[in-house]
Amino acid sequence: MKLLTLNFLTCARRACKSSADAFPLHPRDVELEIVEAEPNPSFLSNILPRLEWPALVTLCAELGLPGLPGEAPEVAELTAGEDGKGGKLAEDLHRLLLETTVKEGALVCGSCGHEYRVKEGIANFLLPSHLV
Amino acid sequence: MSRPEDHLPPDLFYNDAESRKYTTSSRIQHIQSSMTHRALSLLSLSSPSLILDIGCGSGLSGSILSSVAPEDGGPHVWIGLDISESMLGVALEREVEGDLFLADAGQGVPFRPGTFDAAISISAVQWLCNAESSEESAQGRLTRFFNGLYASLRRGGRAVCQFYPRNEEQKRMVSSAAIRAGFGAGLLEDDPGTKSAKTYLVLTVGGGELAG
Ligand SMILES: [Zn+2]
Repeated sequence: MKLLTLNFLTCARRACKSSADAFPLHPRDVELEIVEAEPNPSFLSNILPRLEWPALVTLCAELGLPGLPGEAPEVAELTAGEDGKGGKLAEDLHRLLLETTVKEGALVCGSCGHEYRVKEGIANFLLPSHLV
Repeated sequence: MSRPEDHLPPDLFYNDAESRKYTTSSRIQHIQSSMTHRALSLLSLSSPSLILDIGCGSGLSGSILSSVAPEDGGPHVWIGLDISESMLGVALEREVEGDLFLADAGQGVPFRPGTFDAAISISAVQWLCNAESSEESAQGRLTRFFNGLYASLRRGGRAVCQFYPRNEEQKRMVSSAAIRAGFGAGLLEDDPGTKSAKTYLVLTVGGGELAG
């Protein structure tokens, strides 16, 4: 699962819908894997304004990944530079959001404590019926 | 035609043998791919988008979303949900580019509001009309699904769900659940009245610009 996806994923329990702690889910004992992907600059520009930047900063800290700027960059910065490709910032974001993936481990809800297992990159979000 | 959803819940029906059969049958692949292209054209996305695929199975539709050329507004990034572990296993073997979730869309859509530009669902929504235990109802599952889907799409977003309604009543039940969730909804039928009739539920979220 791409780290991009983690920036949108919430706890699936209805009881957690209104809780501010149900997002972001917290990684536990995760194994990361880099899966190379073609750069997609227009996609990055599209998704950047929709990211929860503080959640991304928290996630990087929890995973021990190199620090991000505290403030979200502007979309214009992604197309800056002589070649219009945004240079290192665009490369770093591509690497972090679209190529860094959670391969194994768990994602934990900060509100109810429910643990979602991730196996071979696939997260199990099936809830037993009493938790729906 | 016997309908698999009449007999078994999808996670039981699509066991390993069925999943492989579904993914390797060239006839099914061809139908699935033409329905995906039809759904994509109804979404009319003009730039690379984040798309939710409900009932993504082995990722046949997803592979198409990943390979839309830049001049046609792609490639798109997708996240797929499916209730069948063996279908997802096949997707894994095929090394699809989208992220995969083992999840039951009838339990809701676990993404924060405004996540997706668009959503697509090919031949899956009729499964939501099955209630597998006495604790849930088909109506409840449809409501949770469409409410979740509506919230997870951005303003101006669209969803296209191709499905096989059992009858007129089920068609009505599905579209009215979508409308109650807040969607603008239209039903489109290709080749109506024939054996190859296809039903598409085209859903729009009001507000914001329509162009992807
Ligand atoms: Zn929770």
